[in-house]
Amino acid sequence: MGQGVEHTLSAAESLRQAAAARSSAQRRRRLFLLLPAVTIIGIFGLAPLSIALLYSFLEPGTYGGVEWVFSTDAYVQFLFERDIFDDSLIFNSAYLQIFARSFGLALFTMCGTLLLGFPVAYFIAARPPEQRNFWLFAITLPFWTNLLIRTYSMLLIVRDEGFLNLTLMKLGVISEPIEMLYTDGAVLVGLVYSFLPFMILPIYASLEKFDFSLLEAGHDLYASRAQVFRHIVIPISRPGIVGGCALVLIPSLGAYITPELLGGGKKLMIGNLIAMQFGSGRNWPFGSAAALILMALVLVAMMISLRAGAEKESRHG
Amino acid sequence: MDKATPKRTLFRRATGSRELRRQPLFTGLSWLVLLLLYAPIAVLIVFSFNDNRSVVVWTEASLRWYETAIGNENVRKAAWISIQVALTATGVSTVIATMAALATTRGGDFRGKSAAIALINQPLMIPEIVTAIATLSFFSILRKLTGISGIGWLMLAHTVFCIPFAFMPIRARLADMSDTFELAAADLYAAPWQAFRHVTLPLLMPGILSGAMLAFVVSLDDVIITLLIAGPGETTLPLYILGQIRRGVTPEVNAVSTILILLTVAMVALTFALQRKRK
Repeated sequence: MGQGVEHTLSAAESLRQAAAARSSAQRRRRLFLLLPAVTIIGIFGLAPLSIALLYSFLEPGTYGGVEWVFSTDAYVQFLFERDIFDDSLIFNSAYLQIFARSFGLALFTMCGTLLLGFPVAYFIAARPPEQRNFWLFAITLPFWTNLLIRTYSMLLIVRDEGFLNLTLMKLGVISEPIEMLYTDGAVLVGLVYSFLPFMILPIYASLEKFDFSLLEAGHDLYASRAQVFRHIVIPISRPGIVGGCALVLIPSLGAYITPELLGGGKKLMIGNLIAMQFGSGRNWPFGSAAALILMALVLVAMMISLRAGAEKESRHG
Repeated sequence: MDKATPKRTLFRRATGSRELRRQPLFTGLSWLVLLLLYAPIAVLIVFSFNDNRSVVVWTEASLRWYETAIGNENVRKAAWISIQVALTATGVSTVIATMAALATTRGGDFRGKSAAIALINQPLMIPEIVTAIATLSFFSILRKLTGISGIGWLMLAHTVFCIPFAFMPIRARLADMSDTFELAAADLYAAPWQAFRHVTLPLLMPGILSGAMLAFVVSLDDVIITLLIAGPGETTLPLYILGQIRRGVTPEVNAVSTILILLTVAMVALTFALQRKRK
């Protein structure tokens, strides 16, 4: 009897040991599998950001790079210009304007993609399943096409001697080409064109499993078409709208290629300002500071969108 | 009540619901959006076959600009550099991403799992221009410290941002896959490596291929990071195109762009086909 209990105990003990051995083997294997990804991104993804933070507090080197002298000039430079003669600070809104333009353009891009993207996403979700694949493929394909090439194709359309102007002139609608390139409008059109799929796909994802008979239910309860839309469709697609807005806003804020080609270096956005400091501007600390401010803006946008998404969940309990 | 409902009312209700989900305005708008998405690219491709210096005035169809592009030594050199960088980045990032995907789906629950996933996705969260200048700053220090220069740095930068793109489809595939077969293999005394090699890997292959293709496309298309990191003589195809556009547009740029578009479309279409096959 006593022996039997002992036997059972030792069996349980050995089982537990085996389980422990297995879980420690699993832990070792897991560590080995994760190590390369975590190391390489930890070192080459995170460390550079700390270097940028460090650089933003140094002085620019004459030929690019940095002088290892502590300075907050990079941040002061945002708002003030130093007088060359008496070293006094004069308020300068040039950089603030570039940030304001970027923010404005990014917001307009977000609204534009939402206005165009929502109907498309809804339309795709309301298609029979076999047609959805075609639409999804058609919408995603341009997204994988090189952004530079897509922007270039837009440039071919809106140039003075571009496709649009030439066609309109041939049709006799206009006699002189309309100047569209190098305007904020051209940059906006380019941004909407570039980032539209980012808006459509998340909204589609939130509507994909939507039960359209709910519309009928609403209708049966004497809701008008607009009411059904406002009280059923919009709340259900809200996570998709919030996600899409974040996905469009973030890359628009940091856009480089679109303002470079369609704004022609006249209508600068933050991305061009940053890149310029590392090129001809030769002011790495200022460029780093601008990049960090951009990242702070992006973080704020992300937090707002996370909160907007969470709000919805708590309301539905 | 329901039983008494005449057939005709039922029928009307059914069509009514179909009408409700249809928003006629949305249908028109969707086709318009599709047209607007493709029209500029279509114009670009059509005029790459134009026998004229103009990129918008059509004269005659010809392959003249493709001959010019392929005969251009700079284009060939840029294409070769792009391919070298994309293949290296794809190979390394896909292996690393596969390992990480296995750890986060088959490694059980562990502390720091969501932190590890967030870290791997980090390159996606940060505006590319910020990644570009931060990497440039970091590399400029490392280059000075190690005295190493060359294309390896560009390959390394590409590998880093390719990892999350490869990681996503591989992890999704693993999460969808039931682990029944793997457990069965373990029950039949397969060593972990054998179970992986003969059971998990074949099942996972479509996911790995999708991940690799996305990584390849993303590397091939990159402009901003490459623009800042690339040293002299490391001009990739997109950088060559950017340089040409800045100098003034010629149909040769259209021809090079069209080649790059076709390559990308072929890859993405293949990925889509693979994903549909698995369903």
